[in-house]
Amino acid sequence: MALGRDHELHRRRGGRNAGVALALGALILVVFGLTVAKVERGEPIEAYDHTFRPSLTEYAE
Amino acid sequence: MSDIRAEEQATPEAGLSDFVALLKPRVMSLVVFTALVGVVVAPSGVHPMVAFAALVFIALGAGASGALNMWWDSDIDTVMKRTQRRPVPQGRVAPGEALGFGLALSGLSVVMLGLAANWAAAALLAFTIFFYIVIYSMWLKRTTPQNIVIGGAAGAFPPVVGWVAVTGGLALEPVLMFALIFMWTPPHFWALALFMRDAQGRDDYGKAGVPMLTVTHGRRVTRAHILAYTLALVPVALGAGLTGIGGPLYMAVAVVVNALFVLGAVRIWRRDEETAIADRFAAEKRFFRLSLLYLFVHFGAFLAEAMLAPFGLGGW
Repeated sequence: MALGRDHELHRRRGGRNAGVALALGALILVVFGLTVAKVERGEPIEAYDHTFRPSLTEYAE
Repeated sequence: MSDIRAEEQATPEAGLSDFVALLKPRVMSLVVFTALVGVVVAPSGVHPMVAFAALVFIALGAGASGALNMWWDSDIDTVMKRTQRRPVPQGRVAPGEALGFGLALSGLSVVMLGLAANWAAAALLAFTIFFYIVIYSMWLKRTTPQNIVIGGAAGAFPPVVGWVAVTGGLALEPVLMFALIFMWTPPHFWALALFMRDAQGRDDYGKAGVPMLTVTHGRRVTRAHILAYTLALVPVALGAGLTGIGGPLYMAVAVVVNALFVLGAVRIWRRDEETAIADRFAAEKRFFRLSLLYLFVHFGAFLAEAMLAPFGLGGW
């Protein structure tokens, strides 16, 4: 029996894939929005691994 | 017959709606609402985007708890009328899938809340998930009739997490919001336990072997407990109105709703089983519906006080 594109199983998988895509898209938007918000406010931005962290120096406020 | 058909019959594939159901959307909506109130009434001016992100990740944490709870409780969910249609008992989602989904969402929500707001809020969210799954679902729910009382703390944390996400610390106000939900939970669930029975009149929780108060101490004692907890809830609700998050509007609403709630509890306490069965638990169902309104109205009033404050109308 040939597999039809509109098989129930495909429909369910398609729905799940669309859900994952939407969730990932929403997460990207939230993270981007957070980045913009934190940059706008001038909050400290520094990496955590294998890099110089200004907040750990004795001159940091 | 194709292989796909054979596979479909063995383990039906879950659709998107099944994974959404794992998140317990109705519980999640209550969590989002109470956490939103915690965020809005907190005295701090975080960026709206940070507040929004905090709410998203608190909601995700609540969803993760729901999925983990459905994984752990799949055996009793199969027995109980109220939970039989959930995706795991129906066989649409395998218990392992629910576990993986819940764990992944737990990790994501906690880490993202820490990065978006602060690590105190993230730690509190992690503790909330731990409390709901390990303390309530795995331990208390199946061992003590006090399950609902102590387990209610898990549902009481969201406004505190919201407050801490904004301020980075604790205060009297979030503790009172916690106490309000904590004291509200037992009468709410015991009213539900009174009328959740199958066609033969067997208690839903009794069938599943969950030591709900109705099962261990009987329905008469449960009715008395509903009244006792409702009376203990009133000073908490009115006391919260005297703090920085309350105000005249909140107090007016709280006095009316608490009077109605006590009246409903007295009515439940005075009824016997014959009367309740005769009118199909009308008073118990009415009290349960009122309990939903109770929480919504109190937190709505906190929200209204905070929204009116910039116009000089909210607060004392």
